[in-house]
Amino acid sequence: MAQKSSLNNRPLEIRWHGRGGQGAITAAKIIAQAAYVKGYQGVTAAPSFGAERRGAPVSASTRISHEPVLVVSQVENPDIVVVLDHTLLKYPDVTQGLGKNGWLVVNSPLPPKELGIKGEFNIATADATKVCQDLGLIVAGLVIVNTAILGAVIKATRIVDLPTLEKVMRERFSNSTVDINLAAINKTHEITKLAK
Amino acid sequence: MAIQKKSNIHILDGNQAAAIAAKLSRVQVIAAYPITPQTPLTEQLSQYVEAGELQAEYVAVESEHSAMAVCTSASLVGARTFTATSSHGLAYMHEMLHWAAGARLPIVLACVNRAIGAPWNVLNDQQDSISQRDTGWIQIYCRNNQEIMDTVIQAYRIAEIVHVPVMVCYDGYILSHTEMPVDIPDQKDVDRYLPPYKPHTVLDPANPKNYNLVTLANPRVGVDGKLCHGYMELRYLLQEALQNSRETILQAGKEFNEVFGRDYANMFWEDREDAEIIIVAMGSLAMEAIVAADMLREEGIRVGVLGLRVFRPFPKSDVVRALRKSKLIVVFDKNISYGSEGATCSEIKSALYGTYINASIRNFIVGLGGRDVKARELVDATRKAIASLKETVINPDYPEWICQI
Amino acid sequence: MGTRECNHICDESSPGIGEAGITGEWRIVVPSIDEKKCIPARSNKPTCFLCWLYCPEAVITKGIPPSINLEYCKGCGICSQVCPVQAITMLPEEKM
Repeated sequence: MAQKSSLNNRPLEIRWHGRGGQGAITAAKIIAQAAYVKGYQGVTAAPSFGAERRGAPVSASTRISHEPVLVVSQVENPDIVVVLDHTLLKYPDVTQGLGKNGWLVVNSPLPPKELGIKGEFNIATADATKVCQDLGLIVAGLVIVNTAILGAVIKATRIVDLPTLEKVMRERFSNSTVDINLAAINKTHEITKLAK
Repeated sequence: MAIQKKSNIHILDGNQAAAIAAKLSRVQVIAAYPITPQTPLTEQLSQYVEAGELQAEYVAVESEHSAMAVCTSASLVGARTFTATSSHGLAYMHEMLHWAAGARLPIVLACVNRAIGAPWNVLNDQQDSISQRDTGWIQIYCRNNQEIMDTVIQAYRIAEIVHVPVMVCYDGYILSHTEMPVDIPDQKDVDRYLPPYKPHTVLDPANPKNYNLVTLANPRVGVDGKLCHGYMELRYLLQEALQNSRETILQAGKEFNEVFGRDYANMFWEDREDAEIIIVAMGSLAMEAIVAADMLREEGIRVGVLGLRVFRPFPKSDVVRALRKSKLIVVFDKNISYGSEGATCSEIKSALYGTYINASIRNFIVGLGGRDVKARELVDATRKAIASLKETVINPDYPEWICQI
Repeated sequence: MGTRECNHICDESSPGIGEAGITGEWRIVVPSIDEKKCIPARSNKPTCFLCWLYCPEAVITKGIPPSINLEYCKGCGICSQVCPVQAITMLPEEKM
């Protein structure tokens, strides 16, 4: 099988940062699947490789392209960085490599300008934690923000639209949990603040 | 002839692809011991069996050595068998790998490539399966998850024709834990492609026999008066089977294309007429190498990529044909034969000996223990190799390492 | 660049605090000791110390009351589970 890469068609790269147990990897997979449904032929979604520990900083990545993705190495210059837990912003590697015109999407109660993050990228914030608390999206005492933050991601970046995301969510989640997750996505989408 | 079939694409990681492929191949006995990064594969298979989705016996064993012992026994009584492991698990299985091949049993093993200790490391390189090179197994490496799916199915077709076990190797984490689109074949098509397993010998209480007993060096006359092979004749026959399996592997790939519309040979080679510099890599690195080659071509450097797929039997004549116009061959190995060089580099040098091809060969050891290998690093190494052509040495004795020493 | 100055030929390290980094960063719930309930604190005697005994990270120091090194406490909650008088509660972590 012949495989060809296209440099002009470099994949869109998303890096996700969260804490073990928050669902960053699931979020990376949902966006990949939604992008595929939307017509992107090449998508990959991967956790950071190796051991992962609950509560410890973890990352994941998604690549999206109109052609099959041939790059298998780690994401170096993400177009989008998504931070599920704003306490991770103090680590410099979270925004590392995020370029001009990129998007930093953060689950934070603060508006973008008050995050105190400097860079040439755009910033979007939404208090996904509050949205999920209000909706009762809590599992074993943990507020589960990984689906909610997708609302902010797609509002900022428009990789996929809400109906596509909803379609994928309905495929992946059981009937009993899908509605609360969709409500969290919609609400977060609505309240997301953008700063370009 | 590629036929257009209705696709059934799902976003799967490599372990899921291997599990579904084993299920589609209607394996009857699975014996496996979980080890990172293979674990989700065995979990998925045990779930299939538990849920009744797969009519198979799942034998939970206490070690990889036992896993292969169970597979060997099950295969000998006529069951299609599957196992999977990684790294230390494969090393622990070593003795029984010889046994499976020596008994000429068509077992299929998914090896999720991972580094070997000491020191401990759970990440990817290919030292584990390369270390099992001489056990008599066919070894096939995959570049992506679709190839994992398709190769496991083809592996049974190949193994059951040539009576040699097949190891399907794919990179730990890079493929095993990375999701990508995979077309899941239709069960009816797999059944058409892969007829039920007909064993060459069956251990049957109604017709008692001994298998693999103490065999003398020289041929001997059996109780029935017939002359039986000695140990060495049996070894010859295993070697002959691997030598001849090239045709079967190519045929299995061709027939796979006829049914599923995806073509496979014993290597991945796009014939770029102008390419004088060939990058060689095996596994997922062969995809990253395509990106690197395109970067170099943008600079006007005429580069082609040879992706190795079948490592045993090594496709010598096909490799020679692919490399016939090369002036420089840059081989990247995710393994090291200590005291010598990367294993695939040795194979290529061996294949080229005595041909008219007198290309320079440069070998780089990369990506051990999960060290990330980026396309730009492959580009830099290739540029370095080109610059070194000014030196007189055609083939340096030892490889270069892309690391910080 | 280069690691030649490292003179080890096999991997080795010395046991020490913080080999895995500041593991307190992993915590999502934080233990809080209620001195009104804690047996050593209440009785002013060096006694009980089950939290010290069971802590898998060895971050609890025997004292009156016991003290917890929050730099390395991962917030596993075992101390809270073993405390015979329920003096330790796990509270949500407030970070930053």
